Amino acid sequence: MHEIGLIQTVMDEVSRVAEANGIERVTKVRLVVGRMNGAIPDALEFAFSVLSPETIFEGARLEIESVPVRLRCPHCGAESEGEKLAYFCPECGGRAELVAGQELYIDYFEGDDGKEDAGEGRDGAEDSARERAGGP
Amino acid sequence: MPVKVVMAQKILRANEQVARENRERLQHLPTVNLISSPGAGKTTLLEKTIQALRGELAIGVVEGDIYTTRDAERIAGQGAAVVQVNTAGLCHLDANMVGRALDQLDLDSLDLLFIENVGNLVCPAEFDLGEDYKVALLSVAEGGDKPEKYPLVFRESHAVVINKSDLLPYTDFDMNKVQEEIRTLKPEILIFVTSAATGEGLEAWCAWLREIVRHKRFVTG
Repeated sequence: MHEIGLIQTVMDEVSRVAEANGIERVTKVRLVVGRMNGAIPDALEFAFSVLSPETIFEGARLEIESVPVRLRCPHCGAESEGEKLAYFCPECGGRAELVAGQELYIDYFEGDDGKEDAGEGRDGAEDSARERAGGP
Repeated sequence: MPVKVVMAQKILRANEQVARENRERLQHLPTVNLISSPGAGKTTLLEKTIQALRGELAIGVVEGDIYTTRDAERIAGQGAAVVQVNTAGLCHLDANMVGRALDQLDLDSLDLLFIENVGNLVCPAEFDLGEDYKVALLSVAEGGDKPEKYPLVFRESHAVVINKSDLLPYTDFDMNKVQEEIRTLKPEILIFVTSAATGEGLEAWCAWLREIVRHKRFVTG
């Protein structure tokens, strides 16, 4: 696939948000990748290891949550999970809808803002960061 | 001090934004994003389609190719408006590339636009370009295991063209089984069986294209 390009996008987006939050060094990035998505976790990790040296991501850990394919049947409500993509409900045979497995998003990142921990306002910092990061 | 920042942001968000802009620009022009592996016959199908609809529909083509202009030259040879997009190694077209190509077309003069994606069944399925319909093209010569191996492109497509039907006697391609597998992935999908080489099945394919042109005119005026 195009994992190098995806990781470059992740780094660009995280860098932008990190800068806006005064974060000088990123220590961890967490992605959520559905198994129905074409992006391959090993290739994403490889891309991250290639692109991170001499950036704010140097030494950072990339964590990837791999989300299994989940289907829900609108007729009988049954949920099923599987690697193989039969889009029919195993309970009633109706057509099931994909409810998980196609994700491709940045969940969160962790970093260091280079400031001394004053022992307060940690939660507040998180909240304001979340708000600033939440916009388009 | 350590800080955690929640983003919950789609990696392809920027592409989706540009795809929405493309869709806005294409609101009066029915657009088909044609996806297949290399050599399945996308360009030949387009050549034959342009021939069949000549004098009836003005067709434009955004021609994706990794390096060359060979396909665009073939399309231009049929008299269609064509814009070449070279991805320089990238495995798919993205919305930005298509947006830049649209700048070079007189959209108001066209009745139907094709986007011929880069030959690849994996990555193009992930990228919205602003099209109305994705169409997956599969050729008999590639073997019948493609729907099972590349389910996403079939899930995302409105129609499938099974091309090179003239080669059926020379392969172990099981037409019924493949169609059944495609319908397992997407029961309501349209399936066209064609041979761009002999012209078999092109009439039904062209009838669908006329139908989507009529439909969009009806919906958007």
